[in-house]
Amino acid sequence: MKRLAVIDSERCVGCQLCMFVCNSRFGDAGLTKSAIKVRSAGGIERGFVVVVCRACPDAPCASVCPTNALVKRKGGGVILNPSKCIGCMNCVEACPFRAIFWDVEDNKPVICVHCGYCVDYCPHEVLAMEVWPR
Amino acid sequence: MSLPSQVLHIDLTKRKYWIEDRGELFQLYLGGTGVAIRLLEEECPRGADPLGPENPIIFAVGPLNGVLPLASKTVAMFKSPLTGNLGESHAGGRSATAIRSAGYGAIVIKGASETPIYLAIHEDKVYFRDARALWGVSSAITVGRVIRELEPSPGLRTIMRIGRAGENLVRYSAVMLETYRHFGRLGLGAVFGSKKLKAIVISGSKIVRVKNRKLFREVYREIYEQSIKTPLMKKYYELGTPINISPLNKIRGLPIKNLKETSSPLAEKISGELMAEKYLGRRVACSHCPVACIHLAALREPYPDEKYFYKTTMISYDYEPMYALGCMLGVFEPEGLLKLLDAVEVLGLDAISTGVAMAWATEALERGIIRKEDVEVELKWGDYEAYIEAIHKLANASNEFYKVLGMGVEKASEVYGGKEFALAFGGNEMPGYHTGPLAHIGFLTGARHSHLDSAGYSLDQEHLKEGKLPDPEKGAEELFKEESWRQILTSLVICFFARKIYKEDLTVKALRVVGIETNVEELRKLGVGILKAKNRFKIREGFDPSKLRVPKRIFETPSPHGKIEERYIKRAVSKFFELALGQGDQ
Ligand code: SF4
Ligand code: SF4
Ligand code: SF4
Repeated sequence: MKRLAVIDSERCVGCQLCMFVCNSRFGDAGLTKSAIKVRSAGGIERGFVVVVCRACPDAPCASVCPTNALVKRKGGGVILNPSKCIGCMNCVEACPFRAIFWDVEDNKPVICVHCGYCVDYCPHEVLAMEVWPR
Repeated sequence: MSLPSQVLHIDLTKRKYWIEDRGELFQLYLGGTGVAIRLLEEECPRGADPLGPENPIIFAVGPLNGVLPLASKTVAMFKSPLTGNLGESHAGGRSATAIRSAGYGAIVIKGASETPIYLAIHEDKVYFRDARALWGVSSAITVGRVIRELEPSPGLRTIMRIGRAGENLVRYSAVMLETYRHFGRLGLGAVFGSKKLKAIVISGSKIVRVKNRKLFREVYREIYEQSIKTPLMKKYYELGTPINISPLNKIRGLPIKNLKETSSPLAEKISGELMAEKYLGRRVACSHCPVACIHLAALREPYPDEKYFYKTTMISYDYEPMYALGCMLGVFEPEGLLKLLDAVEVLGLDAISTGVAMAWATEALERGIIRKEDVEVELKWGDYEAYIEAIHKLANASNEFYKVLGMGVEKASEVYGGKEFALAFGGNEMPGYHTGPLAHIGFLTGARHSHLDSAGYSLDQEHLKEGKLPDPEKGAEELFKEESWRQILTSLVICFFARKIYKEDLTVKALRVVGIETNVEELRKLGVGILKAKNRFKIREGFDPSKLRVPKRIFETPSPHGKIEERYIKRAVSKFFELALGQGDQ
């Protein structure tokens, strides 16, 4: 299996293209449904932090889901079954990277599915797909 | 909604806000400049005091912001306290994405607060927050740091703020956003200051709908690929805008020491190449821009009192500020220049106007037009420490002389004399090009008196390659055509650096993504209409093209096209206004 990896966040220029294209997987524009987030490391003079699911082989976010809406993905990370999700936000708290974002429109978590779409649009080789678990 | 339509109105006097649907405005005029000028006509009373509560601050975005790469800018409109007519300035950072994601096409701010406040706009909610403690803080960068901790949504928000210069109503003070990006020109900072408005935070996470999803992906890919492949974009990515210093120096079109000179071997010390090799520490981008033209220098300075103890400051350097604070002041020592750039950033001044004002003051002092007692600092070409001291006095409006200088060189030369070398056009200080007559005609005729209005500097350079200038009337037509088309780009709101990507046909196609069916001819007509509306506003507020002052200095110092002829300029300017003020194409 493969996962999306942040190879070198020091190369990140904060353009947020990864966020825009991740969001666009669902067809629309904006940033509401993005599973990756780029913010400054306390002011852009200090560079950027790229926050995205690391595909834990034993995912704590799945363990705290009361309805089993989050199931462990083969090779790490999780898959969401939106019809089971009750929007309790337990998973958001469980992820130590705070890599689960919230889709306010659908009241559901947004979690990276490691599809690799954003990699094609990162102009500065910050992101890459890699074999996982290593 | 796939098109912006909501306008947020904020009244600072009554501390009230409301939202209006103005879908019809966006239908007719797209967004950005097109919508902002109509809102300005509606909201700004005739003869308004630019520093009075009646002057509106308008921010507008367009239908492609948040949708396609390089649609990364926000337009600000207001009545300019510097020129007394149209105030329009553009900035990126995260502002465009934030305003769109908060659900707005435009924001209109009127009135004035009695005590300092900052606004927090989080989608449908507006909070009027006490900013008394932030007023007077010495650095605009610090103000951003404080607000960053107080407000939610990191990464999805814009933080606009002013520095000391804006508080003290320096007529060319800037509004800084996200650090290193600015609404720089024409004095929006002073308008904020006059309203006791220290800062604005805007955030949101609303979805932005598109009409044609398949086309969305296709156009997205096309723009992205062009943006990483075209040589133009590559050049802005690698060296940033300072790449222009060397070529302008070579053709003798680089204004130096208040335009007494146009070339110097010393200028090579601050070339884009050398700056990158020695100081470039980080490159950053506006939201939704793959190019990342923003170049930050890492300046490492030892503390004098302790061995092996250093501070490292990240300082943004761009062509225009380097021209104004470097070349115009004869400051070619890179570290000195960086310190000067940092001072202007921290105080919240427009770098171009500040540099030109200091250059005028230096020459006026040399000639004995102003006295040492007025300036209080011995200004000398190249002495960056003296300039840093003087810039602090300017931002603090510390005496009568600096108060007047803070109104611009047009005003200062009216009071003290020295008009021949007061480099302002239409009341706005000169940008960094002495490439030939078309650059200056552009500064004179452009609705914002900015080099980016019609890019005369670029036409000059193209004609230089051909070896001759067009007839003045033909030149005016070229400038008018360019400025008209640029109204479309700034209505959408696309970064000018992407103008070679968003060519006419691609722009039409991009608009189909969000459900706007149009064609090149229609867009061109709309561009002319918007430009005419801007010129009408200027005239309404007292702008008189026949009274435009042309500083003598530009005729004395030869350009790459040789000596500039006054007659050429006069003919072109009059032709331009015939086009810009003529009937038709509302
Ligand atoms: S969302 Fe967080 S906890 Fe869950 S798999 Fe990804 S990194 Fe691990
Ligand atoms: S890998 Fe796919 S889901 Fe994950 S951040 Fe990138 S585009 Fe989004
Ligand atoms: S696309 Fe790449 S450079 Fe741009 S924000 Fe994302 S990770 Fe950073």
